[in-house]
Amino acid sequence: MSAGETMTEFDSQPAVPEPTRASTDYTGAPPQVTTKRISDIPLTDTAVLKAQSLLRIQDLNLFYGQKQALFDINLEVRTHSVMSLIGPSGCGKSTLLRCLNRMNDLVGNVRISGSVKVGEDDIYDPAVDVISLRKRMGMVFQKSNPFPKSIYENVAYGLRIQGVKDRAVLDEAVERSLIGSGLWDEVKDRLKESGLGLSGGQQQRLCIARAMAIQPEVLLMDEPCSALDPLATSRIEELIFELKRNYTIVIVTHNMQQAARVSDFTAFFWMGKLIETGLTEMLFTNPRVRMTEDYISGRFG
Amino acid sequence: MTNVREWWRRGSALIWFSGATLALSLLMIVGLVGYIGAKGLGFFWPGAIVKVMTPQGPVLGEITGQEPDQLQFHVANRDLFGQDYRWLPRSDCKESTLPLDAVVVERLEYGPFIGRVRAVDQDGQVLPGEPLDNIRRLRPAAMALSRHIRALDKVEVGGLNRELEELRLELRGAAETARPALEAKVKVLGEKYEAAQARLDILRTQAAAVTVTLEAVDGQTKTIPMASIVRVVPSNAMGILGKTGAYLSRLWEFVADDPRESNTEGGIFPAIFGTVMMVLIMSVMVVPLGVLAALYVREYATQGWLLRTLRIAVNNLAGVPSIVFGVFGLGFFVYFVGGTIDRLFFKERLPAPTFGTGGILWAALTLALLTVPVVIVATEEALAAVPRNQREASLALGATRWQTLWNVVIPGAMPGILTGLILAMARGAGEVAPLMLTGVVKLAPSMPLDGSFPFLHLDRKFMHLGFHIYDVGFQSPNSEAAKPMVFMTALLLLLVVVILNLFALRLRARLRARLGGGAF
Repeated sequence: MSAGETMTEFDSQPAVPEPTRASTDYTGAPPQVTTKRISDIPLTDTAVLKAQSLLRIQDLNLFYGQKQALFDINLEVRTHSVMSLIGPSGCGKSTLLRCLNRMNDLVGNVRISGSVKVGEDDIYDPAVDVISLRKRMGMVFQKSNPFPKSIYENVAYGLRIQGVKDRAVLDEAVERSLIGSGLWDEVKDRLKESGLGLSGGQQQRLCIARAMAIQPEVLLMDEPCSALDPLATSRIEELIFELKRNYTIVIVTHNMQQAARVSDFTAFFWMGKLIETGLTEMLFTNPRVRMTEDYISGRFG
Repeated sequence: MTNVREWWRRGSALIWFSGATLALSLLMIVGLVGYIGAKGLGFFWPGAIVKVMTPQGPVLGEITGQEPDQLQFHVANRDLFGQDYRWLPRSDCKESTLPLDAVVVERLEYGPFIGRVRAVDQDGQVLPGEPLDNIRRLRPAAMALSRHIRALDKVEVGGLNRELEELRLELRGAAETARPALEAKVKVLGEKYEAAQARLDILRTQAAAVTVTLEAVDGQTKTIPMASIVRVVPSNAMGILGKTGAYLSRLWEFVADDPRESNTEGGIFPAIFGTVMMVLIMSVMVVPLGVLAALYVREYATQGWLLRTLRIAVNNLAGVPSIVFGVFGLGFFVYFVGGTIDRLFFKERLPAPTFGTGGILWAALTLALLTVPVVIVATEEALAAVPRNQREASLALGATRWQTLWNVVIPGAMPGILTGLILAMARGAGEVAPLMLTGVVKLAPSMPLDGSFPFLHLDRKFMHLGFHIYDVGFQSPNSEAAKPMVFMTALLLLLVVVILNLFALRLRARLRARLGGGAF
């Protein structure tokens, strides 16, 4: 089975499980059909199923020095959908996420083969400007990391470094982004105060607002709720649900329920390999690979 | 037995020991400052003027030292007695009294006079009334006159002098055709100069018209002009309020006035000013130098053996004895750089050097070199302490590396950089040895910052509190009289360092508050 077919199967036969190409890398138990159901999995919006792919990862291999961290990854993410990447610690899901805005460039001694396309552009093309690429790919980190600046300056940062000086433009962007991240009502009276004075959940939403201010096409979220309490987590999850109307989202998470709740598609990684990917409701209720089932049902990982 | 073991296991011994060590350190610091303060600050308090009868005659003075069998008297009157201090056997001191008419007269020359005021004369006529009252009445006018004379001397005559000097330099390099015009100008200026001098002479005679006749305890008299009296302290007749007034007046004179009598009297204002000025110039130079170097080392340079060697070299630089830096400063900055500047820009003044001699700029540069390792190390640590995730956040928003450095990393590292600056300032303000080679002097005729263009004179020599301590303590012709000055100067040096540090600390605290309580 070729790489291109991996993701296209949803259009034709969304309910019929098929072994994926990735599953052939898995040397454990053979793929197995199960009938497991998780009640709170939302039904995927049909619009998402008809959408085009915005991100296309093809035959991606990544090496840290001699050590290979990602093996032949093939994955596509559709416009305005949420893709969650799950898997045990060290499986390469964060590494993959950081390949998408070339944050791995910052780590010395990294070698990459294969291609990653955003729309029609290969982001590893030597001609690509990393700076403008990163403007298209907003990123939210595991630990909220507002700058030690005012709330206003945090959100305006991305525009300021692009040279925007017009106060009206900045004001508008700050308000729009804070409204978008659901933080506006809580902070509109204290925009001049330090971003570090906010609570953990607010800080994370501030970081989301900061990423939104430069109007990226894709939001990359690296375990955005792992340091938050359940209430703050549910706020962020609701936010992700709203954000996907305008953004394409890739989210790394350790929390299976979260993946089930927020994402349209899920990809399961193990030891740097993509084991299985598909519609979230399918993957959680009907995994094709035994290992996926073991993982989502908590038997390992 | 188990209790002791339990006590030991809990580490109580160590806690007590560490607490005691801290207490000891505190005690040492408090002791140091307290001792210096007590020794120095007590000096200005007007003490009792004691009169005793000895077999050699009466002695009048303040008791400044006591030993089991002898007493030290500060008898002053250096011009009459030849020495300021005398040791007398206790057995010789009889009939000690506190005469109410005894005064300490502080003079501009020959140090203080202890005795009594006999008369105040004006134009050779003895003025009627109580002499002390006459002094009180006439001194303000005399002081105003002498201030006027000084100002005239400095501003008008000094200004004319400078203009003449510049004209002479111009004349030296001028073409044959331009000469007559310049010479005419010189002549006009010369006449003005003569006129000013004549006016000054008249004023000086006027100032000398009022004189005070003082009488020492042995009957010798001395007549001095009113204008040369700094202060009259009849301490035996003074109450606590009067003494406090005299004390504060002496303290203010010490902080705000120019030194007299080869630095053993008067104030040390030029030294305070020179110290602060030098430290500020040094700070302005050392911060950009150290921060930029650390920025390159930490953020851009490829880590490897070359960089490791460089780090070791920088750290070793901090351990080089400061006098070595002084030698380098003299050879490189003063002779080479300064000499070159003179040859290129101040050719007409040669062979008299302008920058090719010690000056505040070269001293500050030498100290900047001495303290740059401190700033580099502190900055490097501060840069390393900026959280990685903040850099990543900035880069992920499409910032370039330089934008990230400038907008996130450097502001975040600013408190740490200021810590480096504080350490550098503390070190720089206390260094003396390198300054002695690169521009500090015992007595500077003019300050490095004044009202004449270009206001900041980086080529001028300057006075420094640290050097002042050395000079007064070791080079003074009158070491006994200078001893309290040593303590007072040391106290002021400490104070200057503390104030400079407090200023930087405040700046750091404000920065930290703005950064939202980030801890370093």
